[in-house]
Amino acid sequence: MRLSGAEIIVESLIQEGVTSIFGYPGGAITDIYDCLEKSPIRHYLVRHEQGAVHMADGYARTSGKVGVCLVTSGPGATNTVTGIASAYMDSIPVVVFTGQVPTPLIGNDAFQEVDIVGITRPCTKHNYLVKKVEDLPMVIKEAFYLAKSGRPGPVLVDLPKDVLQNKTEFKYPKKIDLHSYRPTYSAHSGQIDKAVALMLKAKRPVLFTGGGVISSHCSSELKILAESLNIPVTSTLMGLGGFPGRHPLWLGMLGMHGTYWANMSVANCDVLIAVGARFDDRVTGKIDLFAPEARIIHIDIDPTSIRKNVSVEIPIVGDCKDALNKLNQQVQKPGKHDWRKIRQPWLEQIKEWKETYPLSYEQGMDEIKPQFVIEKIYELTKGKAIIATEVGQNQMWAAQYYHFDQPNSFITSGGLGVMGYGFPAAIGAQVACPDRIVFDIAGDGSIQMNIQEMATAVANQVAVKIAILNNGYLGMVRQWQELYHEKRYAQTFLKGNPDFVKLAEAYGAAGLRARRPEEVVPVIQKALAIKGPVIMDFVVCPEECVSPMVPAGKAMTEMLLV
Amino acid sequence: MENNQEQKHTISVLVDNEPGVLSRVTGLFSGRGFNIESLCVAETMDPLVSRITLVTRGNDQIIEQITKQLNKLVNIIKVMDFTDTEFVEREMALIKVRAEAQTRAEILRIVDIFRCKVVDVSPQFYTIEVTGNEGKIKAILDLLNHLGIKEIARTGAIAMARSKKEVSLKREKIVLPEARQGGKK
Repeated sequence: MRLSGAEIIVESLIQEGVTSIFGYPGGAITDIYDCLEKSPIRHYLVRHEQGAVHMADGYARTSGKVGVCLVTSGPGATNTVTGIASAYMDSIPVVVFTGQVPTPLIGNDAFQEVDIVGITRPCTKHNYLVKKVEDLPMVIKEAFYLAKSGRPGPVLVDLPKDVLQNKTEFKYPKKIDLHSYRPTYSAHSGQIDKAVALMLKAKRPVLFTGGGVISSHCSSELKILAESLNIPVTSTLMGLGGFPGRHPLWLGMLGMHGTYWANMSVANCDVLIAVGARFDDRVTGKIDLFAPEARIIHIDIDPTSIRKNVSVEIPIVGDCKDALNKLNQQVQKPGKHDWRKIRQPWLEQIKEWKETYPLSYEQGMDEIKPQFVIEKIYELTKGKAIIATEVGQNQMWAAQYYHFDQPNSFITSGGLGVMGYGFPAAIGAQVACPDRIVFDIAGDGSIQMNIQEMATAVANQVAVKIAILNNGYLGMVRQWQELYHEKRYAQTFLKGNPDFVKLAEAYGAAGLRARRPEEVVPVIQKALAIKGPVIMDFVVCPEECVSPMVPAGKAMTEMLLV
Repeated sequence: MENNQEQKHTISVLVDNEPGVLSRVTGLFSGRGFNIESLCVAETMDPLVSRITLVTRGNDQIIEQITKQLNKLVNIIKVMDFTDTEFVEREMALIKVRAEAQTRAEILRIVDIFRCKVVDVSPQFYTIEVTGNEGKIKAILDLLNHLGIKEIARTGAIAMARSKKEVSLKREKIVLPEARQGGKK
């Protein structure tokens, strides 16, 4: 069958099982749009290309499939860069198709030409400029395979207009032979034996988990391991939901805004078992003082993550699920150890830390505390909602006070920290999971970075509930200014914020507002009863700080307990 | 054991011979703050594969990251760090040196001792081609320097493991050039 490049793309997407894509048309890709309209694939028209990538990202995180977006050349392509960089940092499988000027014009500074392959080289897992229509099926096959295999990540495919129009015989390849790309899935059994031996000897072990647990779908294996040896579990921001948030062995998040007891546990542990985490600076603080007494076991599918930031005694390269299964096979063998008893003193110590400095805030009679809003959302959704966040205080409070119970439920731009991520990502998540409740926990600063996607949500009746914790500031930066710049709030007061209720209404969505503590629950209840997208404007205490906090560059034990 | 000392490493990388691959490699080095002291690229016997030889510097942890990060690039087929193994390393330099009547004899003596060649002669200059390891090139440059070097061009190191440890790549068997068509350039 002879097909044009554009037809090949749509056919290939169908073969890859793609049902939803996010995009924005333009001159270079009208051919694809022409074919897409006749296909069963549902296209969500965004209002800015950055939104399209975040939507594909949110879609990928909640559906377990590859997120796909389609944009035009030049500015369409450059607008995707932030979204791609975020997906790259967080290892999210996304395939981005960009239009390109016709091949004879490439390099001539043609209208809406940009070297997007060059621009995105350092922030994609891989990228392609397709120069011949004959190469297209294999490139698409490889792009999807690369995006979802090994350590997942974004892949970009640049499509010159003439390649979309030229025709060739189409057959979608069944097999791929990437001779230079062979991710290691199977954990080395010798290393597993060493890890087991060390774990059985440990007096004060801690399991430290990351986004790898979510992407390799191994939260049940993690639970088995933790319960078998009675080991407490902490996780990075990306790992939240990988271990039940109400489990007695759960320590909460660690790191800069982690719980006091999680950080103290890591600082005092003798064996640290890292699973799918990459020892980011927000987690380790001052690296020389991170877990100083710990012998470290590190499981990761990406060899470059191991020994990048900390030295590791037992590296295990492989899929987290495979490694945990192999560990479980050994530790579950009935033995003479009574782990409950052996672990008693360590867990007692942790309990003491927890009781000394629990997470806390005081909800008074007048001002709404942002933490209170999150707690009420948690209660009213019974912990079952998908929570997307923006970046800053809203993100940290969501991480601290929404006790994530299941994986693939917390969607946040963890590595790159993109303000404006949460709302479009929530739309993507809602598209993937139409039956679940999806919230975007936002700040009044972040929500304005991609507020235009309100039109996308309304037009497609995507019922995302946006909870704006409106403090009138860029809250996290203001917090740093309060602590490190003697309260000189340079450019962090957001003068000129819109009326978010009217804004919602202007887009044809519902807008609700709460100014007093007693209005919080009714507003959330009302929002949950509305079928379409809703903005909830919670006017909160303007100078509330995220606590506790480890100052940047300090040891994890030097927490400010504000 | 862990070595915190910076050390020079010669790394040989087999890559897909495709556009953009070199920039993926150099971009990796600049983006992650690694050094490149020299770099050489050319096709192998298989026109679909190129060999990049690069010389870099770092402690064990950095070199481990460099080799791992290189391996992670999709277009990279094989990475070999030659340091601590038996290998042959050569670079070539072209040296244009002032050659007046009174210094010509000395220059030719040096050329003879170092087993290099004069490849271009003009009334005032000799251009000398020298091949050797870094030490030899440095030595001849030091000797010629006081005679007046006008300019030099150096290739950077290329390297090969001594026989036993040859990189074995199935495709890298000897193929007559005409037997293979259409290598991507």
